[in-house]
Amino acid sequence: MKSKEKKFFAGGFGQLTIPLIAIALLVIFNLIRDPSFFSITLSHNNDGNTVLSGNLISIINGASELAILAMGMTLVTAACRGQDISVGAAAAIAGSVFVKVLMASSSINAGTVILAFVCSCIVAMLFGCFNGVLVAVFRIQPMIATLILYTCGRSIAYWINGGATPNVKSPILSGIGSFIPGIPIPTPVLIVAVMAVIFKLLFRFTSLELLTQSVGINESAAKLNGINATFIKLLSFIILGVCVCVAGMIGVCRLGLINHETLLIDVEMDTILAVAIGGNNLGGGKFKISGSIIGAYVIQMLTTTLYAMKVSSTDVKAYKAIVIVLLVVIGSPVVKKKFDKVIRNMKSLKDADSKGEAKA
Amino acid sequence: MKTKKFREPLTNTQLLMTITICIFFTMYLLSMIFLGGGFLRPQQIFDMLNDNASLIIVSLGLTIVMIGGGIDISVGAVTSLVVMSCVIYLNKGGSVIGSVLMALGIGLAFGVIQGFLISYLDIQPFIVTLAGMFFARGFTTILSVEPQKVAHEGFDVLRKAELKISWLGYTANNGNVIPGTIELGVFIALLCFVLVFILLKFVKLGRAFYAIGGNQASALMLGIDVKKTRFMSYLICGLLSGISGFVFMMHTGAGNATNAAGMEMNAIASSIIGGTLLTGGVGDVVGTFFGTLTLTTIKKIVVASGLNDPWWQSITTGGMLCFFILLQSVVLNKRSKKKK
Repeated sequence: MKSKEKKFFAGGFGQLTIPLIAIALLVIFNLIRDPSFFSITLSHNNDGNTVLSGNLISIINGASELAILAMGMTLVTAACRGQDISVGAAAAIAGSVFVKVLMASSSINAGTVILAFVCSCIVAMLFGCFNGVLVAVFRIQPMIATLILYTCGRSIAYWINGGATPNVKSPILSGIGSFIPGIPIPTPVLIVAVMAVIFKLLFRFTSLELLTQSVGINESAAKLNGINATFIKLLSFIILGVCVCVAGMIGVCRLGLINHETLLIDVEMDTILAVAIGGNNLGGGKFKISGSIIGAYVIQMLTTTLYAMKVSSTDVKAYKAIVIVLLVVIGSPVVKKKFDKVIRNMKSLKDADSKGEAKA
Repeated sequence: MKTKKFREPLTNTQLLMTITICIFFTMYLLSMIFLGGGFLRPQQIFDMLNDNASLIIVSLGLTIVMIGGGIDISVGAVTSLVVMSCVIYLNKGGSVIGSVLMALGIGLAFGVIQGFLISYLDIQPFIVTLAGMFFARGFTTILSVEPQKVAHEGFDVLRKAELKISWLGYTANNGNVIPGTIELGVFIALLCFVLVFILLKFVKLGRAFYAIGGNQASALMLGIDVKKTRFMSYLICGLLSGISGFVFMMHTGAGNATNAAGMEMNAIASSIIGGTLLTGGVGDVVGTFFGTLTLTTIKKIVVASGLNDPWWQSITTGGMLCFFILLQSVVLNKRSKKKK
């Protein structure tokens, strides 16, 4: 009993304690505020498909890009002890390449979409490689190395588009961005699920997770054990490149156009936040991808809750900041220690009381 | 200054700074020779200072935080919040002194809260200042989404206060002599620069910033109150963002929700170009000052050389940033190998 209690306050779910508490708090808050927030209905959209709709669905759907980016970011954070702040810009580049290839081909069919995806994937991986080489080979801190692409990425996307924001319309693209006919679940959600499964399989059948953690915890020790730390770091950036490409594609397909300025704007900050809320140490080392995914949903749920409370979209940031500060304060080691102390004091008092009673 | 250092090898800080300063002067000289035009006039430098006074002030604060081993990405947003609230206060009939106090107060409040959370509660600086950035940006739009213009007599006097140096002026195409103009904000920026320089060089607190950034454990053993020092670094940075907000307002005379967008990244870039390392313990405000100027010069050169497409400016900035970062990394790696 005692050890169980202790374990809970020391984080019974390990690092997942804080994101789970955050989700629970948000759910309770919404239940009190307006129980109909959670209602899910089956409705028909404009194309005549039967689709699920409701706040919960829009939360899960809206957080898709964030969740995908957070998965890749977790790996980079763990291996390189720093974050990539260029994901938004890189996604804009990937999206631009995706649209460029589609525009160049005569008709949009399954083949050209796959070709476009592969092309944009290669480009995103190349940019990931660029960041990775700076970080792994030249030993530059990740935030500074990716600052380069952050500064010029969106302009490169603008340049690829030739100064325009072209439209692409096709049933295949809207299938990726919203719903596939006959399936009531939004496609981006399915893509997140597929990505999560791929990561799970990757960790199950390769030693990537172990290697990444050992590089992040102590690089020189990892090197002495024969781990190629440079390659692991580079690989984490390349994997993030793939995630960036998928996120960029979803972003483009949602709107049916590429706008280099607004595609996944400010997503880099939200992604890092998702990783941090997920209980991962931003200083590298041990990580849990599931935490980051939950973190992404926490952020989206918070945003949707604020929208439901009629907060205007520009003001949301201020309220978000307050919640973030509350969350990190609760999770901070100092506060945790104080909290533990209070619990222990109460317990020792109780013990003393019970002893006193026994004596009496 | 250089002759004095010949006897002992340069420290990393001085080496990186010297590289930046040399590159800045070479770049400027080359553009004077090949591009001519505006670059030959002293007003070009004055313009660079006038436009970037607030960026310089913000970069100074960021350099202090980065020397202490931290990061503050809320500076741009705080600047924007200060501008917006001061503009609204002035338009409601407030006094100029009141608005100055307000600017300092807002900056100080951000510095105190963020510093407390980071140093005493041990939360990652990136997350805290990210929240600070979100809060400041969000609060700016809560104050007003519409752009606001200052209409205040006392402030207009302050805004128009500028130093005109006629002998550094130039003759325009129509024959008018336009004197060299330096705005009041530049003098505020220079004053801040001198104060921060003295703080970092000759004051105990300033030396303590280097100590905690270089090695926290040994700083603790030296008897430095690490938490308090770190707290002070964020406090000073917050204060400087407040000042920067006021200077920004003096330059533009209007408040807009998108004011100073991306300023934090520009400030970080200036500090990096100036030779400050994000790992802490290395850096100098002189380098930061020249870093800001280098960044602006690159943009001016792009415009002057006729690359008018909107994307070239940031692509070249990114390219130059890449060059500087690589150069620093290579130089530092070589030195550390030599030492071994």
